[in-house]
Amino acid sequence: MSGVQATTREMAPTVVAVSFLDRWGHQLQRLPLHVVIIVFCLIWIVPTIGMIVNSFRSLGDMGNAGWWTTLFPPHGFTFASYQQVLNTEGVGTSIVSSILITIPATVIQLAIATMGAYAFAWMNFPGKNIFFIVIVGLMVVPIQMTLIPVLQFFKATGLNGTIASVWLAHSGYGLPFEVFLLRNYLGGLPREVFESAEVDGAGHAVRFLRIAVPMTIPAIASLTIFVFLGVWNDLLVALTFLGTSTNRPFTVVITQLVTSLGGGWQFLTAAAVLQMALPLAVFIALQRYFVRGVTAGSVKG
Amino acid sequence: MVIGVDQIVIAIVAVVTIPLVLLGYIIVGEQVIERLPERLQTWIRPYFWALPAIGFAGVFMVYPLLRTVVISFRNNADDSWVGFTNYIYFFTFPDTLTSLRNSLLWLVFYTTVSVTLGVIIAILLDRVRYESLAKIAIFLPVPISAVAASIIWKFMFDYHAPGTTQTGTLNALLGTVGHDPVAWLVNSTTNNAALIFVGIWSITGFCMVILSASLKAISSEVLEAARMDGANEFQIVRLVVTPLLWPTITVVGTTMIINALKTFDIVYVLTAGAYDTDVIATQMFSQLAHAHYSRAAAVGVVLFAAIVPLLIVNIRRFQQQEEQR
Repeated sequence: MSGVQATTREMAPTVVAVSFLDRWGHQLQRLPLHVVIIVFCLIWIVPTIGMIVNSFRSLGDMGNAGWWTTLFPPHGFTFASYQQVLNTEGVGTSIVSSILITIPATVIQLAIATMGAYAFAWMNFPGKNIFFIVIVGLMVVPIQMTLIPVLQFFKATGLNGTIASVWLAHSGYGLPFEVFLLRNYLGGLPREVFESAEVDGAGHAVRFLRIAVPMTIPAIASLTIFVFLGVWNDLLVALTFLGTSTNRPFTVVITQLVTSLGGGWQFLTAAAVLQMALPLAVFIALQRYFVRGVTAGSVKG
Repeated sequence: MVIGVDQIVIAIVAVVTIPLVLLGYIIVGEQVIERLPERLQTWIRPYFWALPAIGFAGVFMVYPLLRTVVISFRNNADDSWVGFTNYIYFFTFPDTLTSLRNSLLWLVFYTTVSVTLGVIIAILLDRVRYESLAKIAIFLPVPISAVAASIIWKFMFDYHAPGTTQTGTLNALLGTVGHDPVAWLVNSTTNNAALIFVGIWSITGFCMVILSASLKAISSEVLEAARMDGANEFQIVRLVVTPLLWPTITVVGTTMIINALKTFDIVYVLTAGAYDTDVIATQMFSQLAHAHYSRAAAVGVVLFAAIVPLLIVNIRRFQQQEEQR
């Protein structure tokens, strides 16, 4: 920094030359830093780029040469893999299923969580602390611990294999974290707002719908992105409850194709690109909310 | 496409109806509660509001958790108690022991490497002007599902017999330095490391972003003071920055330990647990898929038992935070 300031003053040519070399020396010293950072960045992006490039190549090309050879002409780009994926039985349906699973599952759990969080933030009741400590504990319970009884419950109620079963399961699994996060946010809102509304004769329904919910929108927005992508990207829950059903979501169908195809799985690059297009688009468009939603988890507990 | 119109209708109805039902629940419920005597109101109202959330948590988490513990001590037909038989199976059968060993490998390497890389990258990026751009690059795998990440890495690890063209990026790179190609996912000395690396690759951006936020919170005066006292950059990182980051490192580390123990997707998609890469969660799923419910339950309980200490740590930390509120 001092080098930059020095050059702005009037100086003899030798001084200018010295400060110039000084600056270069400084930059040269920092060269290893830049190299390390660039290597890290490359390791973290190149695999994704390689796969995206591959998704636009023919199966023959993918088998004959690595993806990097396509960067030089003749490129031979083609949509063949995308056509093959979309013509594969079950893929088109599964994309629709993914949407039909994700949107309601997100809406259901956030609606219930916001309501519950309001009670925990602004009401007093016996057992409140114990209930909440249970919720904090449930946040880290592995869902594996619940799969068998929930599966039996779905089989007994005839919900097994239906889209509604995963709406309910995702809602149950997501709630502890959402209630926890929203309760902390709601609890941080100014008490005076609620008190003055109460003085004005507003009941809890009005205070919740007119004050609490609008003021919590930033938290709900971040959480919506987080939950939405969590459900969209989920494999385990869908595999357990919809593994053999016609309502299988995209992730399950891709996984089953990967494991069942010994060779010739390469066209699934197109499926992977289609599957990750939505999360990446959301990430790029809503970066700030996205990072806030994802990192909100770090505040937990 | 054979998607039924009825399914779309059901989904739309659900998206519209469920919030409406909840809205009705709130408005009608409050109408009723407000007509009750004052004392009854304050008693009933909170339970009325918390009921849907508590109900869901109870039906899908608390009850199944207890029930799983019970199932793990029953026979598969669920008609008699078998004591610790399912656990003895888990701790003596070679396949399940392998999964236990691999989960330990995940626990140690996934956690330490992802957190350490998160710290290192956060500190390095703090010193350059293109920080935000580089952060996007490192964070990019976070929104990508484990399923897509697995396909990305299936290509990186692609293997062809020596002497033929290597289309996998890693083996092509090895070829340029004259090394024989490695069957990363099949070779039992490399496959667990390869899978764990995919996990690390997917999560480092998450660790980095959180640690970076906490790094920015360290006042520059503290760092300046250390520099004035003649500390070099490495000393500053080791003696000043790391201790100040430590609370965040433990929080991120706890989350990573839980992630490591729950690891399922990457292993399931890339190797399906073959070639000795099974972990506890994939082992449990294959027991479940073969309808060995009581064995699967025992595996689940072991997984849960490993997480209980962290659960207690989390609750303690929560209680401390509450006292500070």
